[in-house]
Amino acid sequence: MVEMKPVSGIYRVALKLLMNDKSKFTALLVGITFAVFLMVMMMSMFSGILARSCAPVYNIGAKIWVMDPAVNNTNSSIPMPDYILSASRSIPGVKYSVPLYFGSALVKLKNGAYQAATVVGLDDATLFGRPEMIEGRIEDIFADNAFVVVKDAEYAKLESPKIGTQFEINDNSATVVGLAKVASSGLFGIPTLYTTYNRAITYIPSARFTTSYVLIEPKSDADIPGIQKAIAKLGYEALTRDQFVKKVSNFYTYKTGVGMNIMMMTAISFVVGLSISGQTFYTFILENIGKFGAMKAIGAKGNELVSMILVQAVVTSLIGYGLGVGAASTFMIIAKWRVPDYAAQLTYPTLGLALVMVMIIAGFSSYIGVRKVLQIQPFDIFRG
Amino acid sequence: MKGSVIISASNLVKWFGEGEARTVAVKQASFEAQYGEMLYIVGPSGSGKTTLLSMISGILRPNEGSVIVENQDIWSMKDDDLADLRLNKIGFVFQDYHLFPRLTTVENVAIPLILKKTEWNAAMELARDYLDIVGLKDRADLQPVKLSGGEQQRVAIARAIAGQPDILIFDEPTASLDGDTGRKIVEFVKTNILNEKRAIIIVTHDSRIYEYADRIMKMEDGKIVGYESGYENSQQHEK
Ligand SMILES: Nc1ncnc2c1ncn2[C@@H]1O[C@H](COP(=O)(O)OP(=O)(O)O)[C@@H](O)[C@H]1O
Ligand SMILES: [Mg+2]
Repeated sequence: MVEMKPVSGIYRVALKLLMNDKSKFTALLVGITFAVFLMVMMMSMFSGILARSCAPVYNIGAKIWVMDPAVNNTNSSIPMPDYILSASRSIPGVKYSVPLYFGSALVKLKNGAYQAATVVGLDDATLFGRPEMIEGRIEDIFADNAFVVVKDAEYAKLESPKIGTQFEINDNSATVVGLAKVASSGLFGIPTLYTTYNRAITYIPSARFTTSYVLIEPKSDADIPGIQKAIAKLGYEALTRDQFVKKVSNFYTYKTGVGMNIMMMTAISFVVGLSISGQTFYTFILENIGKFGAMKAIGAKGNELVSMILVQAVVTSLIGYGLGVGAASTFMIIAKWRVPDYAAQLTYPTLGLALVMVMIIAGFSSYIGVRKVLQIQPFDIFRG
Repeated sequence: MKGSVIISASNLVKWFGEGEARTVAVKQASFEAQYGEMLYIVGPSGSGKTTLLSMISGILRPNEGSVIVENQDIWSMKDDDLADLRLNKIGFVFQDYHLFPRLTTVENVAIPLILKKTEWNAAMELARDYLDIVGLKDRADLQPVKLSGGEQQRVAIARAIAGQPDILIFDEPTASLDGDTGRKIVEFVKTNILNEKRAIIIVTHDSRIYEYADRIMKMEDGKIVGYESGYENSQQHEK
């Protein structure tokens, strides 16, 4: 049996005082739970959008991405001239470098309807950035008109094609030779097709230039800064995977208003939670002020009263945090099940940030409670 | 032990406010309380009884003078030591009880024990024993609000004696009770709670309970103006 530490007696009293006050305790919990729920939902939505927006960067998996400096998100690549590829191959420290086509096309379905799709063209020589196959072999991508379809949430929009299914892409005929899966799905809710680089540029008409990205594998990480400098001299930008992700995230966060809105909503949830629980806790302390004064007269020390209040605030906040996070994840699980495209994802930074905010709420609530309780003069209790 | 000094107050002065607004609530008060006695402090409202009581029990710091409790000069002690002294030596029964409405009766009684860091279950068991002393063992698990005024007063007494104090302080213990109940409680305190190792000090202006006093100390306008024996006083009262 676990012996209770004697000191915990006053904490037990503190918790009984609060939890037995059903209406206040419920109000506190509802306030904190609601605030945590909203904060977690907002931030999860945001992380989901960011992760989706960077999906191709993760899926292709190259160490270095060369692009036009004006590119700010993966899907609006700006084609580069072919010499960038050959120039990159002669930069010291480059182990190999390959072109990547990344663009969109219109797929004409059997019923005559058109469906937009992302087309990824992999380097013919290496198939660098190839997806994981779940049906068929990747080598079949070299067959006539061959395309591999990614089986993700958008797959059904192409009428769930199988190996051998035919459709038209920009008036060229295409044959499905395999189904693949990728680590993360994209933000735009359209299906993804993989083919070879050469087929992609012949199927999809483009202006002068054709290379969307040049992917570089350095000999070692130490070579990366040198490669970046050399590419910069050509007037282009070489970013590591993390830098590219950061660039895209920054774009969505600061340039699209998504970040601002999410931040505002999170701040509002925080303030609402703060005021509801601060207010309720303060009322609770005020109602019990005479009792705390009596305890002080009986012999409770200042720091004992302070720790009682801290325990009340922290325990309540943690319970509210647990309920809020539980509610948010339940909501997300149900949403994901009903809406395959649902983007929100619960991340550790979100959980951490929400915990910090809840602790600020607890700290604020206990601060006003502590101030009140330390001001009590037991003499005033005597005088009634 | 009986008859020797437990509390000695010398030249206590307490004022409130400053300048024009200053009221001197207690003026040069000196007195002693002895082990084994029930000492009353009586006097009209506003005469300084509560102020004096607070100064001798370590709750209100005097502007002048000193208080010696069992050979300790309490107003030279640090705040936390003074809190410990109150916890270990003094039991309080407040006029409006100040029981926690959200705790059960037995938990309320256990508060001094818990502050003394008694383990929870042991504290509850002891608290039940003290409730038994005041005749409320069967009310242990009820909330105080379910009890009558007299019963709540007895819970407050159980809480005050749970810390086994040497000194018990009552401020107007019968003020919110009907005459009969008030008298019964004070009689109970005199026969069951008072013993040779403790002193009980009661502030009151309820003459119906004067008969239980060993000594009655009279205050007027912040000064101690004289003593009577409780018995004499109750005779006068009955005439
Ligand atoms: N905190 C205070 N501030 C100002 N005046 C006070 C305060 N406490 C007591 N007094 C004054 O001191 C005097 C004595 O009060 P008190 O000791 O409560 O009297 P009693 O208990 O005999 O009725 C009264 O005039 C009262 O108004
Ligand atoms: Mg008074």
